[in-house]
Amino acid sequence: MSDKRNLFNKVWDLHTVQTLPGGQTQLFIGLHLIHEVTSPQAFEILRDRKLKVAFPERTIATVDHIVPTGSQARPFLDDLAEQMMSAIEKNCADFGVTLLDLKDDRQGIVHVVGPEQGLTQPGMTIVCGDSHTSTHGAFGSIAIGIGTSNVAEVLATQTMFLNRPKVRQVVVHGQLAPGVYAKDVILYIIQKLGVQGGVGYAYEFAGSTFDVMSIEERMTVCNMSIEGGARCGYINPDQATVDYLNGRPFSPKGADFDRAAAWWLSLASDDDAQFDDVVEFNAADIEPTVTWGITPAQSVGVSQPLPRISEVAPEEQTLIREALKFMGLEEGQPIKGTKIDVAFIGSCTNSRMSDLREAARIVAGHKVAPHVKAIVVPGSQLVRRQAMAEGLHLIFEAAGFEWRAAGCSMCLAMNPDKLHGREVCASSSNRNFKGRQGSPTGRTLLMSPAMVAAAAIEGHVADIREFTGAAVC
Amino acid sequence: MSNNEIKSVTATGISLLLDDIDTDRIIPARFLRCVTFDGLGEHAFEDDRQQDPSHPFNQPQFQGAGILAAGRNFGCGSSREHAPQSLMRWGIKAVIAESFAEIFFGNCGSLGIPAVKASRADLEKLAAAIQKNPKLEITVDLQKLTVTAGDIAFTVTMPDSARDALVTGQWDYLGRLLNAADKVTEHAKTVPYLSGFRA
Repeated sequence: MSDKRNLFNKVWDLHTVQTLPGGQTQLFIGLHLIHEVTSPQAFEILRDRKLKVAFPERTIATVDHIVPTGSQARPFLDDLAEQMMSAIEKNCADFGVTLLDLKDDRQGIVHVVGPEQGLTQPGMTIVCGDSHTSTHGAFGSIAIGIGTSNVAEVLATQTMFLNRPKVRQVVVHGQLAPGVYAKDVILYIIQKLGVQGGVGYAYEFAGSTFDVMSIEERMTVCNMSIEGGARCGYINPDQATVDYLNGRPFSPKGADFDRAAAWWLSLASDDDAQFDDVVEFNAADIEPTVTWGITPAQSVGVSQPLPRISEVAPEEQTLIREALKFMGLEEGQPIKGTKIDVAFIGSCTNSRMSDLREAARIVAGHKVAPHVKAIVVPGSQLVRRQAMAEGLHLIFEAAGFEWRAAGCSMCLAMNPDKLHGREVCASSSNRNFKGRQGSPTGRTLLMSPAMVAAAAIEGHVADIREFTGAAVC
Repeated sequence: MSNNEIKSVTATGISLLLDDIDTDRIIPARFLRCVTFDGLGEHAFEDDRQQDPSHPFNQPQFQGAGILAAGRNFGCGSSREHAPQSLMRWGIKAVIAESFAEIFFGNCGSLGIPAVKASRADLEKLAAAIQKNPKLEITVDLQKLTVTAGDIAFTVTMPDSARDALVTGQWDYLGRLLNAADKVTEHAKTVPYLSGFRA
């Protein structure tokens, strides 16, 4: 049984305003992040009911989903996008919410901006009308994606009703091999536990593999908790968490910071904490991982063949058939060598400095395969600026990548960046759902940014561990 | 939003017994470029329907259906409330599935759409009956937690809190949360990061 000694329950209890007779908790929300897609209808609910934003200082907005990553001149070419942009500007002005808009150099993907600004802190409850809010769990917070009705509730009351999930500790032991990244770890976990394995659970990621990860790597892991069906995912705060937050704009300052750090560290699950479930994996079993299908669990190690239909459980066979047909792949074939048309480095999963540095290191001195369109989309304006200060954009551009402005871009195709027709995209994003990248028949292969970089150069799925850049196209 | 009690839903059915149907498939992202939910109904499953003329949502005999029978992990992926909004505006009043993704389930509750779980075997029976007779009247009874359709009857499950909210007409969660405004103000004072980490 899960008990009071794990971080999840400590933080949950601290934010419990009341528990209803039916068992639901009215949970106080410490940070409400807002973006342009899931908030306009919520603000309309407040207007209809003549309500104010209860805690505007705990609410912060930015724009990311619809933002063009090419020309950002206003009005946008897309009238609908322009309307959404105008709506969030008006809503934030009317309701007294700070908006980090395109003119503000703090703008970017909401899940990149929150941590970067020090808004995201351990021990908080954090919500956003976006499923990848789980990203913020990397700091040891309870971070949950919500729908628009919930956004209205949190705007108006700073609370919402939730059922307390169970807590599963997902332990990974040991050191990752060269060429294996945080992205591969979470893709592997989802492959093993399934896309609905986490339903009803919060995931605590624990073990020596996560202990040595940077905060950015931990964000990549927690980001995809939702793809495993978990309500949220988190990693216990440690000294790396404290160091990351020291000096950020919204971090506590001076003596407050010292008190904060002591409190943050005290929240970590106790050594004898109990969990509702524990699963364990070994880092040594994880290789660079690539999705081949239409759910994030449909993945294989890059050296492995796709599954054979007869080898999977009967209830999984329909979905595998559907996925193979959509992807135009054969059962049992290798994933390595699969030709790609587009390479996308970006998204709230993998668009931070460490991602861009690693991808740039790989592409340096090489050329993108002639048939591949390759783009790099930094997660925020500050990431973009830092990358340019380090000259990374020059490396990408010399290799044939386009260097774009910050936004969600081709992760979800609510902006001009989209796949066309049946294009195959090697993508550092988080979802390979049918049509996810904007073309109803477009195909997505999820992988680490390093693997995307290698695929862009080779023109097909390549094993980063064997990558030399001597492309044979 | 109103305080209507939802004790049961009776309507004809439509079945889509595929697993892991994500909310991008229910309503593709390009239709989220909007500031209201109006008009989303006509785009429910738009891309799946375009690629598959035999998709149930394309079939004339299922137009007007109000109860959707679905598979495992229905509504996974994106938190977009546009997904249940589009189903609701298409005409769906209740969903029976083997299981639901949690954000989708919560969004259904916010909109007063009962989302109940049934066994795969029962869903397959129901789906077969819907195929055979699209005019078959199906009742989801939230008080008894049963589904009945012709000579088919089976039990379903739903968390008590979600069921009670529908049955008692208290699924306007915002109204209930607002009632506790004083408690929230008091509680905020106990949150360490709102009080200089001294709380």
